[in-house]
Amino acid sequence: MAGAQVSALAAVARVYVSRDAAAVALGADETAAALVDASRSSGAGIELVRIGSRGMVWLEPLVEVEVGGKRVGYGPVTAGQVKALLEAGMLQGADHALRLGVVDELPYIARQERLTFARVGVIDPVDLDQYIAHDGYKGLKRALGMTGAQVVQEVTDSGLRGRGGAAFPTGIKWKTVLDQQTDQKFVVCNADEGDSGTFSDRMLMEGDPYCLIEGMTIAGVAVGATQGYIYLRVEYPHAEIALRAAIATAKQRGYLGRDVLGSGKTFELDVRMGAGAYICGEETSLLESLEGKRAEVRFRPPLPAIKGLFGKPTIINNVISLASLPMILERGATFYKDYGMGRSRGTLPIQLAGNIRHGGLVEKAFGVTLRELLYDFGGGSASGRPIRTVQVGGPLGAYIPESQFDTPLDYEAFTAIGALVGHGGIVAFDDTVDMARMARYAMEFCAVESCGKCTPCRIGSTRGVEVLDRIIAGGPERKANLALLEDLCDTMQYGSLCGLGGMTPFPVQSALKHFPEDFSRDR
Amino acid sequence: MAEFDQQWLPIVDSIVASHADEPGALLPILHSVQKRLGYIPAEAVERIALGLNLSRAEVHGVISFYHYFRQHPPGQHIVQVCRAEACQAVQGEATEAHARTCLGIDFHGTSSDGKFSLEAVYCLGNCAAGPSVMIDDRLYGRVTPARFDELMNEWRARK
Repeated sequence: MAGAQVSALAAVARVYVSRDAAAVALGADETAAALVDASRSSGAGIELVRIGSRGMVWLEPLVEVEVGGKRVGYGPVTAGQVKALLEAGMLQGADHALRLGVVDELPYIARQERLTFARVGVIDPVDLDQYIAHDGYKGLKRALGMTGAQVVQEVTDSGLRGRGGAAFPTGIKWKTVLDQQTDQKFVVCNADEGDSGTFSDRMLMEGDPYCLIEGMTIAGVAVGATQGYIYLRVEYPHAEIALRAAIATAKQRGYLGRDVLGSGKTFELDVRMGAGAYICGEETSLLESLEGKRAEVRFRPPLPAIKGLFGKPTIINNVISLASLPMILERGATFYKDYGMGRSRGTLPIQLAGNIRHGGLVEKAFGVTLRELLYDFGGGSASGRPIRTVQVGGPLGAYIPESQFDTPLDYEAFTAIGALVGHGGIVAFDDTVDMARMARYAMEFCAVESCGKCTPCRIGSTRGVEVLDRIIAGGPERKANLALLEDLCDTMQYGSLCGLGGMTPFPVQSALKHFPEDFSRDR
Repeated sequence: MAEFDQQWLPIVDSIVASHADEPGALLPILHSVQKRLGYIPAEAVERIALGLNLSRAEVHGVISFYHYFRQHPPGQHIVQVCRAEACQAVQGEATEAHARTCLGIDFHGTSSDGKFSLEAVYCLGNCAAGPSVMIDDRLYGRVTPARFDELMNEWRARK
């Protein structure tokens, strides 16, 4: 009897299906349930492991079967196709129209340089033992054997710059916090990923939450902060579940709490939910929100590194910045710095979004061009029409025309063409896009999301919508209205308190500059 | 969700008390109240203000700042339609217009049968498989107008 059980267990096939929100949105839960049902009724044993997403969104729901130590992918697999796939021998890796091959060898994956996303889509996100088995917590262990100043130096040497979009050197921010003498410091993670076309924070938090937790713990022990907060946008319920589960386990196992891994150092961590305000991605308004207030932007100085949360020195970094730390501490600054170009060191998790055939996550060293991303990875537009423009860096990013698609992804190269890399989101549009309407939308979005503290942003955005409406309507006043729009953009850019009002002109002016025909034709 | 019920007051008080020791407790309290009651009634604002030693105006100011907090009872399910650029790039505006027509309401409205409240949302982080729609906590990708109809039928049939 016991022998029969053992042989039955040995015959169990391990099957992986993503639990990432994007996969679930395309039916991954139904596919997973169908797999369990079908295997039960057919007697074929399976062990279902829910993982993060590999980032090949067009293939979701992706089903991976472990065959001879390798993971063979099938996708996209709807719930209705499961039975036929099992009958065709999917559990043995058999051939089928949906069979993709060994997932790690697919060009989309094989051509990437996955450092921060190394575990995402590979391990069960909330299984701490799997995290540890895949090099997890090696970085923290090394950091605990170093002084705070040494850790900060390592981060500085790595060349890491803030991945939220501002690209400020992370090590310099940390050094300022380290140097403050005070009773309390904080580490805050900006997980208010509100830019359209971006989802790398979400994928990381859902697919490898311990990586973020470890990164924040490294930050805490380095600068002497004992309390961390993850400020998570409320639109991400799946990430909240993953983070809360991982934090609870990390606490229970001594990776968080009063005595982190027996070091005598304290680091507590909590998740705080946002409430649907784009402005909270701006760090000072996020801090106001964490304090329980209206999220109005603060004047700077003082910098958050000196007077941040509750007036105390605060490290505030984006999810990807913090999640890059375990790798940097584990492998060393030089390892990380060897990737990239110019002053943009390391890798960037790029998100291919909008009208793109193979949308998803591509982690590459800085230096990859837009063209490579859009065509070699993205496979062109989803509609099959020519890609007319891409907006990079969220709703405040410039629209870039096809003639500039050879620009390498590099902070300085993008600045040189009047664009920004931001958080690495690329939204593709085909030739049906009306750029005057996109410019109007940029102003409308700013009007909806303005915190209201400064006039150029609060009032300027509304006037911007009105003047663009008049331009779109046409008529003899069009030229005067275009001049007025330029003037307004100038006021917003130089007169606003923060990036929302200050950068809303970027999409508007880039649309005007590269696609003037859309502003002069009659509709 | 019904109009304010006096029995809710002890619920609000206990939520406030459970967060009493947290720094910056107002947002967590508002989240808990809304999760429990479906919205944040004016009567609750008074109790929260009292509990946190704030003025009612301060609490109201916070509630009205954030798009997510509601001051009136919503429909049975909340339908959020993404209006952001990545969804616009794949005909999200058609889904948006269809949602309004099909439910017979504008954003922030509730359908006459009380089943659905419609909200605009600016990015659900599903930008490689838009247009995106979220119903309560359930996310859907590639929601064309036809798919939106299917979803509405499915959710109408739910209890």
